[in-house]
Amino acid sequence: MKREEIFETLEEILAEVLQKEVEIRPETTFEADLEVDSLKAMEILAAVEDRFDITVPINVLNEIKTVADFAEEIEKLLEEG
Amino acid sequence: MGIFDKFARLASQLEQVRAAFGGINVVIEKILSPTEAIVNGKKVILAGTNNYLGLTFDKECIEAACQAIREEGTGTTGSRMANGTYYSHVILERELSEFFDKKATIVFTTGYTANLAILSTLVGREDIVLLDADCHASIYDGTRLGGVPVYRFRHNDVEDLEKRLKRLREKQPQANILIVIEGLYSMLGDRAPLKEIVAVKERYGAYLLIDEAHSLGVLGERGRGLAEEAGVEDKVDFIVGTFSKSLASIGGYCTSDYEELDLLRYASRPYVFTASLSPANIAAARTALRIIRERPELKERLWQNALKLYGRLKEMGFELGPEPSPIVAVRFREPERALSVWKGLLEQGVYVNMVLPPATPDGSALLRASVSAAHRPEQIEAISEAFSSFSPA
Repeated sequence: MKREEIFETLEEILAEVLQKEVEIRPETTFEADLEVDSLKAMEILAAVEDRFDITVPINVLNEIKTVADFAEEIEKLLEEG
Repeated sequence: MGIFDKFARLASQLEQVRAAFGGINVVIEKILSPTEAIVNGKKVILAGTNNYLGLTFDKECIEAACQAIREEGTGTTGSRMANGTYYSHVILERELSEFFDKKATIVFTTGYTANLAILSTLVGREDIVLLDADCHASIYDGTRLGGVPVYRFRHNDVEDLEKRLKRLREKQPQANILIVIEGLYSMLGDRAPLKEIVAVKERYGAYLLIDEAHSLGVLGERGRGLAEEAGVEDKVDFIVGTFSKSLASIGGYCTSDYEELDLLRYASRPYVFTASLSPANIAAARTALRIIRERPELKERLWQNALKLYGRLKEMGFELGPEPSPIVAVRFREPERALSVWKGLLEQGVYVNMVLPPATPDGSALLRASVSAAHRPEQIEAISEAFSSFSPA
């Protein structure tokens, strides 16, 4: 899956979970820009797992600050299969 | 940037709550019994204590604790690995093994420490933990301390668990996978679908740890918890629990049929680097454990009270947890509404726990009542009456 497709899917997931239109750029931050709290973070994670058919360890959440960080992690997990 | 600047958002939220509702921290000015206390200069019924069997003022427990202090002193002043293992610690471990019919038990200084110790040590970076999303903070904290990769599954959703387990198994056929769940979940008082989880665990060759903090003394014919009630005790690999609820003391334990559990004593930092349980706490817990066996009527009374309160609040139209249990959680969509009902209940002489996001499972606010075997019928009636003066919305 291409990076652009991952971005588009992430945008859809964020809009669903946050219940608002969001426009994301790679440098968009989850905490400051999107105001994602710990509960929302878990919902987003579950939705990402379902949509991409991957399992994401919650340990990586501490390292993920921006949309680009998350997309990179998803890409990595998709490659691992 | 000052060191406290990171708390600016929290401080402003607290300020808003204080301005609108006054203080939200309750001080028990005087505790009168397992079910009554003085709060704000007024007598209130305690309906949020986890004191399920009401044993905190039991004569036998008090006498045993006093005697232990007289004989063994007020504290052990040392770690279990140094000078802090007394004969009474060893006896308590033996009695717990007998109670659960397991081969090995380790006792810890609190329930929190028990989870911290087990989950930071039993599993490491090469293993995998799959936990129910609603698991207690001590479980999450334990896994963080040990650095094991953690995956979550949706609360009580066996299909979701299996989906993740399948993916992880395919990717890492040899890895040790530990599933972590609770017997009775502390926020909504709902049980885990244990039989189904055990079936999945067996199918994929995983281990299972169940935290029975809220179900010891509450579920199962002999009060051993959900594993006993569901008839799958021999399929549960590790049981963790606490002395600070039904056993009316403080402390925690892990029990298992794996005799190798004993090795964790030498490897677990939360076991080694903290002072051991005080003699009074051990004596109270041992006595309460005996009482669970000798007085099954306490569990019966607890359930009568639970069913009564759950039924009454349900009739009034409150949105409750999915099934009746000694934890009767009332859900409010708006935290402000929960706050104002909580304060109103307190003014009417009823104390319940208030749980606000992000501590709640789904972002709603909860007023969490918990009943005790020590509640008299008229107290349950008074708690129900107090709730009836508020609309459920």
